[in-house]
Order: sequence, then structure tokens, then C-alpha cells
Amino acid sequence: MELSDLHDIAARERANRPPVEIRCCSAAGCVSSNSPAVLEELRGAVQSAGLQDRVKVAAVGCMRLCCQGPLVQTVPDGALYQKVTPESAPSIIAGLQGGQVTAERCDAAAPFFTQQASVVLENSGKIEPERIEAYIAVEGYHALHHVLREMTPAEVIQTITRSGLRGRGGAGYPTGVKWATVAKNPGERKYVVCNADEGDPGAFMNRSVLESDPHRVLEGMAIAGYAVGASQGYIYCRGEYPLAIERLQKAIKQANQRGLLGTDIFASPFDFRIDIRIGAGAFVCGEETALMASIMGGRGTPTPRPPYPAEKGLWEMPTLLNNVETFANVAAIIRRGPEWFAGIGTERSKGTKVFCLTGKVVNTGLVEVPLGTPLRRIVEDIGGGAPDGGTIKAVQTGGPSGGCIPAEFLDTPVDYESLAKLGSIMGSGGMIVMDQTTNMVDVARYFMEFCMDESCGKCVPCRAGTVQLHRLLSRILAAEAGPEDMQRLEALCQMVRDTSLCGLGQTAPNPTLSTIHYFRAEYEALLQKAGPGQRRRLPLVAATDNSR
Amino acid sequence: MTAEAAKKPPAHPSGDKRFKLLEVAMKRHQFRQDALIEVLHAAQELFGYLELDLLLFIARHLKLPPSRVYGVATFYHFFTLKPQGKHTCVVCTGTACFVKGADALLAAVSKQASVASGATTTDGELSLLTARCLGACGIAPAVVLDGKVMGHQDAATLLSELKGRLPDGTLGPA
Repeated sequence: MELSDLHDIAARERANRPPVEIRCCSAAGCVSSNSPAVLEELRGAVQSAGLQDRVKVAAVGCMRLCCQGPLVQTVPDGALYQKVTPESAPSIIAGLQGGQVTAERCDAAAPFFTQQASVVLENSGKIEPERIEAYIAVEGYHALHHVLREMTPAEVIQTITRSGLRGRGGAGYPTGVKWATVAKNPGERKYVVCNADEGDPGAFMNRSVLESDPHRVLEGMAIAGYAVGASQGYIYCRGEYPLAIERLQKAIKQANQRGLLGTDIFASPFDFRIDIRIGAGAFVCGEETALMASIMGGRGTPTPRPPYPAEKGLWEMPTLLNNVETFANVAAIIRRGPEWFAGIGTERSKGTKVFCLTGKVVNTGLVEVPLGTPLRRIVEDIGGGAPDGGTIKAVQTGGPSGGCIPAEFLDTPVDYESLAKLGSIMGSGGMIVMDQTTNMVDVARYFMEFCMDESCGKCVPCRAGTVQLHRLLSRILAAEAGPEDMQRLEALCQMVRDTSLCGLGQTAPNPTLSTIHYFRAEYEALLQKAGPGQRRRLPLVAATDNSR
Repeated sequence: MTAEAAKKPPAHPSGDKRFKLLEVAMKRHQFRQDALIEVLHAAQELFGYLELDLLLFIARHLKLPPSRVYGVATFYHFFTLKPQGKHTCVVCTGTACFVKGADALLAAVSKQASVASGATTTDGELSLLTARCLGACGIAPAVVLDGKVMGHQDAATLLSELKGRLPDGTLGPA
């Protein structure tokens, strides 16, 4: 494979493109809303109208507005249709010939679409994820060629550093620094790992990227492999995403066949192989040391850091671990230059971020905005505010490790530092809107229950602490607790946060602490309601609760 | 290689063809111990659930202590050591579904089929399970019925869908 071959493939792809393309979403959200049947009907209608030479029906990735799926778009006129059914689908084809379209129109000029940015999702909803040619036609794998032929590994790392890219898994560690550390650590082998164990409930950005543009992630990983000196990559994908796994497998196979992965890539001495490891439903495996234990076939329990994976990771070798979205940014940065990327976002948070906007909001789906965009623009302009005349009470970010941001802070710019200041975190990108009907104590208990279930059991503060915190929250919620329970709750939160082994335990109290901080009145109302007469004295149970 | 082959554990005495298929799957991973999770995935796909006998079979072939295989199989939610019902109903309890009333869905099915979450009805027809976020938050609340994801559910539509799939008697009176 040479650059000219890439150009040939791209040229062929463009030459074979009929004048009209009908794009039908084939990502998991729309698939559950029956898009495969819609696709079938569209193809059938094109056949029976004899338009095969003029119209192509393409199964593309996510078009972002998941709540209105299945979505269908006609190109070049850009007309977008929502909630398309197998019955209304053929009318879209009839419309091309001047017929009446019965499918429901979706306003493509609505703020939901126009206020968004496109870096990570630039190909999502535009190209067919299951065809490598479609990716190559939008300059796919060109960045990998450029890196292998024109740049030294050090220059690649420098480019990533200059771009200001920070880890999109949530913590926001500078990606360039991480790459440089792995590159300089000695090891007889090195590994690149892509964390696709998107366990935060309410987050599906990684799933969408993998289902809509899988080659983008593979290319980013290969570039990272070259930069740090690794020849083996793993994608650790959660088992709950069968479609993403299937598309990844297909993409890896195609890339291997084309010589874009494997040995002597682009006739250079660089070899890079990617294997998939499928998770088996353990939230803690999103933590990097637990994830690596799982890749090596063991129980996914974390180990103390240091040593960091960059020194001793998989099989004791230096290992680079990044999130799907981090890798998805890499090829674009190489192609368009670090200055372009650094021009997006704020001073310390560069680029864009993909969020999953869900919960009590009109438009639910995938949202990509420049970092630093005010929360209000995301929730009210793009999201359309709370449905049914409700009012937004809080926005939850960062999943079980994050916090609830109350409505009065909606003007906060969304970047790593501002969210941390409010006691939440950026997290991987889940953004759940809550309205006046949501009980914040219940929310705190919900997340605590989650952490209790998902605690791996290795360290006591997390294993026992989350159980006790859950009991306390349940008692408060049932109006059976007194003021002393509230003090206990807060003290125990601090303890679990300060003494747990890994990120799961250290951040488990965050939703509770942030709801106490901003919505103390709701807790106090429940304490009042209890009154001394109703309080049940429940002794704190022994630290090991094996009954679950 | 011949020494390796000589040490190879015997085929499963039951003669069940699925054990042969499982051996093929293990061979594809060169009987590597770090492929344990992949092998467990393959085993569960073939057998539906992981019986102790099956775990022992895997332990012997990968030359791992049975405790290690059991430890891994019980650590991950995805693996089940009990047989599942003919039909499965997985209610997503992720945050978005929680905010949109997944609790009510779970309670409705649980009550009508008299089955606790995580258990199977006494007639072996329906397993009621929960999942922590399927990533279908855009269409919350979501339910997976026999492998098919269905969004925008409410108790009435879910129960009528279940009624269509289950024999009379599994779902009690409303």
C-alpha cells in the first residue's frame, strides 16, 4: 500500500458515487427503533423505481438526534427525516421523482444541529462505517501514511503535545505527556490499549464513535503505536456493545487485508496489530489497572499506582492507555495540524468534546461542542430545555464519579477546570438532565447503589463503605434518619473518598457530596419529616456484608 | 509439540459436540491462560450458562486452577452460573433510564410474573434481569427482550409485548 493507492481508492469511491445518496442511520439507537427495516424498504423502493444508477442507499453512522430515530437524510439536498417507518420510507424515494413524501421532516437547521461542532464526529452519519473505502475517501489513513513516512516518533508526540489534547476518559491528563512517558520508558515490548469499556451509565459516546467511524480509532491507535514504539494494540470493549464489537472486528479485518495494519505498514518497518478484548460487565474495568488485569484474563481488580501503566502495564511492559475519543482526535490533529486543534476550545481545554445529552430534555442524543461552551447552550439551545413545560433542576455529569450541577450554574463553561470547581467532573461525557420532579436524595442513592454493586471488593473502604453509605441514604430517603445520620453520612463520604484504593471508591461519594452541597434542603426536609418519633435506630452493620 | 499433545486432557466424557467446539475455540487462543475471559464468552455462547462441570473442563484445558476459573467467572456480571429462562427481559437501569422511570418497568414485570430481579420464573419461561446502561440512553427507558433492544417503553406496552411471547400463566393477573 502506497499513498497513491489510497488516492486511487478514494478516486474510485468518488467516481462510483451516484448523484443522490440516501443515508439511513445504522447505529444502535436507530437500530433499536427499527432502522434495518427502513433501510431494507429504501433499497427495495430504489430497485422498483429503477433508480439504482442514480440513487445509492447507504447505511451510515449516528446522526446525533437519537430520540427521533430512525433518521434518514437525502444528499445533496440535505433533507432530514425523523421517526421514519418502513411504511413511510418508500415515499422518500418517491419524493425524488416529485412524489408526495409522507415521512416526517426533521428541521436540519434547528439549533440542535447548527450549534454543534464536528471533529470527532466529522464522519459520523456521513460515511458507511462498514466499508474501509468510505473512510479512505474522506482522507482516512492519510495521517498514518504521513506520520510513518514524514515524521519521527518524537515529532508525532510533539505535535500531539502542541495540540493541547487531553484525555477524554474524564481525568483530562495531557495526552502528549502520557505518550512521551511511554515512549521514553524502556521495555522489550510496549502496548497501546484503547479503553472502550464505557461503563458510566448515561454515556454512549464511545459506542457511537465505534459504530459510526471505527477506522478512525484504529488509525489513531496505529499512530500512537508508532509514536511510543508499540507493535501491539488492544481495544477493550464492553460486552454490552455487540454492534460496536462487530464493526470493530470488520474494520480490523479490512485494515489488515489492505495492509493498513499488520506488518510493514506503508512499506515502512512499522508493524502494528490490533486485537479486541471483550469485557464481561464490570464497571471497575474502566479503571486502567483493573482493565489491564482483565485483558490478561484475570478478575478485574485494580492495583495501587505507581507503578503507572506507562512504566509497568500489560505483562509488566510500558503500556499506553487512552480512551476511544482521545484516539479519535489523533488523525484529525495530524491531518489539520496542532495549531488548528489548539484554536478550538479554551486556554487549558482544547478541542471539542462529545456529550450524551439524555434525561429530562427535549432533544436527547449525541452532542459535540467546543470545550468551554456554556452548559446552558448545550442544555437549552441544543437540548431544547426540559420537556412538557418542566424546569431544569440540575445536570449530572461524570456518571457515578461526578456530581450534579444545579440550574443556577448553567452559565458555567464546560471545561475540565470549571466543572471540577463545581464539585463535578467532565467525566467521559454523560450529561443527564434532571427536572423538578427528580428527587436529589434518590439520585444520590441511585449512584451509591451503583457503586456498591460495582465495587470489586478488593479494598475495605469501598467494599464496606459503599454498603453503609447506601444504607444511610436509604434511611434518609425513607424518612427514618436523624441529624446524627447526616453527620455520619458526610464523615463516611470523606473517609471513603480519602482511603479507597482506586478511582471507583475515591469518587463514589461525589454524587452524594455534591447533592448535599447544592440540595441540602432536600435532605433536611426528609430529616424533619422523620421527627424523633419515626426514627429507627439501625445499628451500622458489620463491615462485611456478604448477603448480596 | 508431541509432549504437549500427550498431556492434553481427554475429551469430555458426555460426547456432547459443544465441548468439541469449545476446544476449537480454546485452540484458536493456543490454550493461553490469559484468554480465559474469551474462552468463558465462547462457552457461555455455546451452553447458555456456565455449569461447574464446564468450568472444570476449561480449567483442565487451560491448565489453570479451578479456583481461578471460578473466581473470574463469578467476578463478571455477564457470566451466569445458572440456566436462564426461555425468554429474557433485561431492563436497563442506567441513569437516563432511571430518570425516565426504569424502576416502574422493573416493578411491573416483577409483580406480574412474580419473579425477583435477577431470577427466573418457576416455570423456566422468563428471566428478569437488569443491566447498567446499554448505551441506548437516547431512547430511554430501554428494555432488551430476547436480545432485541426496545426504546421508549412504559409498563403497559412492555407487559403486552411480554404477553405475546410467553405462554398463559407465566404472567399472573394484573
